[in-house]
Amino acid sequence: MISSSDSGIGKKLNVISRRMFILSSAKVIIFGGIFARLFSLQINENKKYLTLSDKNRLREWRLPPVRGDFLDYFGKIIAGNSEVYQLHIIPEEVSNFKSLMVRLKEILSLSENEYNKILRRKEQRKPWQTLIISENLSWEQFSKINLYLHELDGAKPVLSISRNYPYKDSFTHVLGYVSRASVSDLNENEVIKNNHVPGLRVGKIGLEKTFEKDLIGTNGVQRYEVNAYGKRINQLDHVEGIKGKNINLTIDTDVQVLSNELLKNKSGSIVVMDIYTGEVIAMHSSPSFDPNLFFHGISSEEWNTIRDNPLKPLLNKTISGLYSPGSTIKPLVALSALENDVISPNLKIECTGVTELYGQKYHCWKDEGHGFMSLRNAIKQSCDTYFYEVARRLGVDRLNLTSKKYGLGEKTMSGVFLDEKEGLVPSTKWKKNNLGRGWVLGETLITGIGQGYIQTTPMQLCLMTAQLANGGFKIYPKINKNESNLSLETIKNIISEKTLEKDGKGFGIIETGKKLLKYQDNEFEPLFRNQENVKFVLEAMFGATNELYGTSFASRFDDKKYQFAGKTGTAQVRKITEEQRELDLKTSQIAYEQRDHALYVAYGPYANPRYAVSIIVEHGGSGGKVAAPIAKKLFKLVIDKHDLREKIRMEKIKTT
Amino acid sequence: MFQQSSYTDHLTFFQKIRSFDIILILSILALGFIGVISMYSSDGGEFSYHTTSHIIRFGVFFVLMLFLSFVRIKFWYSIGYFFYFIVVLLLIYASFYGITASGSQRWINLYLINLQPSELMKISIIVCFAKYYHRMQISNVNRFRNLVSPVILLVIPVILVISQPDLGTSILIALSGVVVIWLSGVNIKYFIYSGLVLIISAPFVISFLKPYQKLRILSFFDPERDPLGAGYQIIQSKIAVGSGGLSGKGFLKGTQSYLEFLPEKHTDFIFTLFSEEFGFLGSIGLLLIYSIMIYRIISIGSLARSFFAKLYCYGFASAIFIYIVVNMSMVLGLLPIVGSPLPIISYGGSSMLATMTGLSIVMSAKIYHRQLIS
Repeated sequence: MISSSDSGIGKKLNVISRRMFILSSAKVIIFGGIFARLFSLQINENKKYLTLSDKNRLREWRLPPVRGDFLDYFGKIIAGNSEVYQLHIIPEEVSNFKSLMVRLKEILSLSENEYNKILRRKEQRKPWQTLIISENLSWEQFSKINLYLHELDGAKPVLSISRNYPYKDSFTHVLGYVSRASVSDLNENEVIKNNHVPGLRVGKIGLEKTFEKDLIGTNGVQRYEVNAYGKRINQLDHVEGIKGKNINLTIDTDVQVLSNELLKNKSGSIVVMDIYTGEVIAMHSSPSFDPNLFFHGISSEEWNTIRDNPLKPLLNKTISGLYSPGSTIKPLVALSALENDVISPNLKIECTGVTELYGQKYHCWKDEGHGFMSLRNAIKQSCDTYFYEVARRLGVDRLNLTSKKYGLGEKTMSGVFLDEKEGLVPSTKWKKNNLGRGWVLGETLITGIGQGYIQTTPMQLCLMTAQLANGGFKIYPKINKNESNLSLETIKNIISEKTLEKDGKGFGIIETGKKLLKYQDNEFEPLFRNQENVKFVLEAMFGATNELYGTSFASRFDDKKYQFAGKTGTAQVRKITEEQRELDLKTSQIAYEQRDHALYVAYGPYANPRYAVSIIVEHGGSGGKVAAPIAKKLFKLVIDKHDLREKIRMEKIKTT
Repeated sequence: MFQQSSYTDHLTFFQKIRSFDIILILSILALGFIGVISMYSSDGGEFSYHTTSHIIRFGVFFVLMLFLSFVRIKFWYSIGYFFYFIVVLLLIYASFYGITASGSQRWINLYLINLQPSELMKISIIVCFAKYYHRMQISNVNRFRNLVSPVILLVIPVILVISQPDLGTSILIALSGVVVIWLSGVNIKYFIYSGLVLIISAPFVISFLKPYQKLRILSFFDPERDPLGAGYQIIQSKIAVGSGGLSGKGFLKGTQSYLEFLPEKHTDFIFTLFSEEFGFLGSIGLLLIYSIMIYRIISIGSLARSFFAKLYCYGFASAIFIYIVVNMSMVLGLLPIVGSPLPIISYGGSSMLATMTGLSIVMSAKIYHRQLIS
């Protein structure tokens, strides 16, 4: 070669060839390195990266479970789900979040406060999580949004469901309400934890809370393929959630709504009960509030109004309100005395309007006195003097036993209402243990007219009345329709069996019958020694309502179909001094919180008793004037609906 | 001598055609095909923007390369410095009047295409150095005077490109230049010295880096320290490649790239997409095609009689190799992320133009391999 003769060029070629050789070897080694890297990633660690890539790809969305409904006895929905229009935004899908929000603020006329709240919520969440701008758009807002939708890039109007209470404030204390699950809800209830999705509403109080497990249902699940930004590309899977169970209640909506109306603008409560089955037909506490407010989060203003209302709308007075029973306890005192043979019905006592004991004066409500009274008249005219004497002879401890037997001083529906109070029936032992002082005879006297330490809930009073009215048999108040499976006929059979058994004349088939019918062990257990005593008391209550001089005579029905019997009560909330007694003020002349509570317990129809009511109007004045007229309206409706109710009961028993 | 002189310039057209390097052309076509199907897949399995424009560019520049192959190697030699200066001027122009995109001012609007002069610099630096060393005696190569000018020639474009800022391309330019300088016989000690100087000055250089570049380097060493930020791309790329397995998820079935977990999937991360869908076997196949191409370029270099052509071919082969290694190492998490395309396969007109021009010089070196440049 010509170039080889030139040693310089030859040397140069040598150098470049040598260096190229070195370089090529390096290239082979480096390619080998890449080869090794590929091998380690794709062959050795393939499994690990496959899992990672699937995790990248799939995302699961849990849908909120659909809550079960509450139905009344006749199948009317009293708490259901209704469709609401909501506005959702997924922040990462919005190109210009700020301007969108400004526009939305204008369209929805959001307040500065709400607007800032939304912005703050956005900061707390991942950009691919749904941000709810409005949970409940009015129809007007919804149509406005749709009109401007083309310029609201990223805003999504959505149809969603929310809890709906169609009867608004009528069922508030029975059902309670739902609201966003709190941390403590999650910790306390496993079921809520398992089904939780952001924004899940759970029962906060009342039956919504009690039946949470049944009502909540299960989540639906949607699996999506998502891209790197979490945007849903493709739905892979959809598992339909299961709606929660519907709960049938024993409540009659009509009676419940009427109760709400009757107590409008009053503070108090109404309980209506079936005296044989124990079904609660109505239980209403007034004043109430609209539970729908709580679904979307109540404003602090509205909340403060409810919370600070002196009439205590948040309290379920039917089971948590504690009252002196006043004269409504007298039938029970009379029964206790008769059962214990301390008095005979013929005992005559002269009422002069005041009795003295150890220098202390005890007044009858009637200043001039009732004159000579028998037991029946004393119940009928509610003579206090007579019952001071009965109580003195009976003693507080025996009264305590009878009261407990008939359901006072203990929870009546402990598994159902979590905020129930048990009330108080005093005894000498109780006072010694709790107050550290001995019982004083004077306290026995005022306990005999339902004052002093004794405290009862309206539900207890209703239960007491019902158990008297059914002839003196133990029943358990029920609100879940499924727990009440017995027809009247069956119950009456059980009752007569039990009575015979008690008297030692039983046929011994009760044990098997009990098992077959699955009622609670001591349900329908006789609560009397001699049933004649119960009958005597019931008859006296008839007099109190349906005979001249009876305390609720003005509220009577003459029609046998509706005729009811009841006992009034006027519970003092203050100690009346001698001076005040002189003044003899009218109710309207006394300050509201100093006025007496008006009470009334009754059962009906008298000829063939079936229902019991208890009514309390706080600071309403006299029981006869204020509470008894309410009972008249209730009995009319309850008895009118009786046939329909029984028809439904029989159908239900047939099908099960 | 007789043979050579009689053969010099008078080649018939068919002789030229016959001396085309068929294997090289086939490997280029194979890479072009892989580029097109990868682009098709990255477009979500349809012929949309990226795919069609990639096909057009590849077609146009491939034909251009074939035409440029007939240009005599002498011509490239003669315009060596001129080519370099033109590209430097374009770089300067770009830094003043260039189009800014994704925070970097590196494009010149030429109506038909947006030209990225830094890509052309990758080729022109090799041509320029090949010319510079063509006539130099080996004994003069290591003279200080002769060392200064290549360093200046290299530093000017590197600084211009780094200031755009485009760290990736400037590194590639610097590496291509350094390889040619080394091949020409410069004493190894100078490389060791300058390497040491570079390591010592590294902290100062790092202090001049943009925050995002620092983050990238940091996240290279520990991708999990910020999995949603700078480390995100490395992690996602590794997941995509790793989940490909032996034979891949199948054409158009790569979930990671399809679902946009991959950044820059058309350009710098196109290999990730390819590797996810075609797996280990596909990736090895691709490496093999590149190896064949590089091998052919080196063979042409060793065949060439002129020192210019030889140096150019060796330099260009090494440059292509560096582009591939930098790109693949980056997506496989072996190097920090710097923008660097995969030759012929990545989307991008300027890169394609530069590579094809470079290849056309190789082709011409093959056709005129007996030609001496005096």
